[in-house]
Amino acid sequence: MSQSVITRAAEATPPGLARRFRGLSDRTIAWIFVAPTIFLLLAVNIFPLIWTIRLSFTNFRANRPNAGVEWIGLRNYDRILTDSDIWQTMQATAHFLCWTIVLQVLIGFSLAWLINRKFKGNDLWTTIIVLPMMLSPAVVGNFWTFLYQPQIGLFNYVVGFFTGADPTSFSMIGSVSLAPWAIIIVDTWMWTPFVMLICLAGLRSIPDSIYEAAECDRASKWRQFWTITVPMVLPFLMLAVLFRGIENFKMFDLVVQLTGGGPGSTTELTSINLKREAFEKWRTGYASAYAIILFVTVFGLASIYVKALNKVKER
Amino acid sequence: MSGYSITEPSPRQKWVAGTLVALYAVITILPLVWIIATGFKSSADAIAYPPKVVFTPSLEGYVNLFTTQTRQTAEYFATHPPQTWYERIVQSKGLTIAGPSRFGERFMNSVIIGFGSTFLSVFLGTLAAYAFSRFKVPLKDDLMFFILSTRMMPPIAVAIPIFLMFRSLGLSDTHAGMILLYTAVNLSLSVWLLKGFIDEIPQEYEEAALIDGYTRFQAFTKVVLPQAATGIASTAIFCLIFAWNEYAFAVLLTSGTAQTAPPFIPTIIGNAGQDWPAVAAGATLFLLPVMVFTILLRKHLLRGITFGAVRK
Repeated sequence: MSQSVITRAAEATPPGLARRFRGLSDRTIAWIFVAPTIFLLLAVNIFPLIWTIRLSFTNFRANRPNAGVEWIGLRNYDRILTDSDIWQTMQATAHFLCWTIVLQVLIGFSLAWLINRKFKGNDLWTTIIVLPMMLSPAVVGNFWTFLYQPQIGLFNYVVGFFTGADPTSFSMIGSVSLAPWAIIIVDTWMWTPFVMLICLAGLRSIPDSIYEAAECDRASKWRQFWTITVPMVLPFLMLAVLFRGIENFKMFDLVVQLTGGGPGSTTELTSINLKREAFEKWRTGYASAYAIILFVTVFGLASIYVKALNKVKER
Repeated sequence: MSGYSITEPSPRQKWVAGTLVALYAVITILPLVWIIATGFKSSADAIAYPPKVVFTPSLEGYVNLFTTQTRQTAEYFATHPPQTWYERIVQSKGLTIAGPSRFGERFMNSVIIGFGSTFLSVFLGTLAAYAFSRFKVPLKDDLMFFILSTRMMPPIAVAIPIFLMFRSLGLSDTHAGMILLYTAVNLSLSVWLLKGFIDEIPQEYEEAALIDGYTRFQAFTKVVLPQAATGIASTAIFCLIFAWNEYAFAVLLTSGTAQTAPPFIPTIIGNAGQDWPAVAAGATLFLLPVMVFTILLRKHLLRGITFGAVRK
């Protein structure tokens, strides 16, 4: 194939169009090619970000564009950081993050480890397992409210069938103690395959020869697992956790459709809380400060984490 | 590979692993099977207790999905017998079809915005990725990281100023506005993925073309682009899937004209709460293309979902 490309390139004579571009140096082309992308990202990401920072120092309300806008300094930030409701939201988010990551890592890694046995038909099963994460979280989340219905839902029925509990006696999205778990279960269902795929890539990157050497040294299977498999997969696993962490910190669509933040505000994660402040209460300035705090948190945590990740990689 | 290896698992191990994975796969697919099945149930079957596994298929959900209906009197029905099979389904519940529902429109919006933004982000992404891959762009690493970092922001955080910006530019609730927005969001994925694909094409091909008198631009269009075709295609599908599934911006920045299907499907309401067969029918039609793409994309999946950070 490579030969044909070269001969094709060699045989064709450059047509007239070439002349017009002849004068362009590589440098000019590089700029012409990169500029639109950078321009668009500046316009749709950086400009709004700077605007958000500016708004965060004001008491602007987007539903009253003509009202006077006052510069109120750091008061928004002060109010957010001392607001107990927001700390509760943060706690709910942390709870959600912790459990989804623990469950997804455990199940995802186990699945990858099993799939790596190269049994018959693993391609088919892997494709099936991977399906949920490619679907629309909002649409899927909405349908899960149906599965979670106490009277008619499949989930309650199946749980009741296996545990003997009365399926109508509990409501996953209606009860304060179960609602966070309703989200955790759906998120785990959707995103375990993501962790699984990355672990699988990690497992496949380990050369067989290392295991063969260990086998010659009569290392037990258990020992091989802890001294070869786990450390070699760890950088991959940490990358998966980074991606899931960022995504779940931003989690919005699934939760909005699944519980809408309720019952009460038990599942009101930060994004939902922020949406409520910005687009329901229309406290735009306040919400902007909130958004900046969230962004700084994600960015800060992610940077610290990436440093740790690089250290693990170097080992 | 020659026959025996110590690392090869025993047949029994394989069997156990296969069974466990198959079991998990069956549990995973169950909610999806349930969505598809519910789409073909009658309203009564959908909310039966215990949940019905065996049922008589009905197209009621699909009919409800595509039409809006009004209640009519018995006298009206006596003078207006149903003309078609779908009118018969609707009339059996004492209703008549008032017109098409907005689902078709919303679905088309998803198609227009999805394909429009995909085309733009792949087009711009290919150019930028080529430049990053082949030329000495100043601050290359910083720019690449900047492009990636645009994905870290929660959509709601930028939604406030974008909402204000679109309002003053007259872009709110328009196809053009949403296409532009999704293009920007997808650019990070597109640039990172395509750079990986283009990096893999040996530079010697272009050098050969340049020596033969091609300009840089021609070498790009005639040598690099055909070589990168599969990479471009899979990048396009990932961008399309993202734009197709996006919800946060769609629900915050559109209210009618340009609203896509994800915010619309959950709002399908029947006589008593949500009309589950219709919701399931809508979800099925909406999820189906993505399921097909996922199966086609198996090979590139890992690279696509991790921005090329991990390669299989």
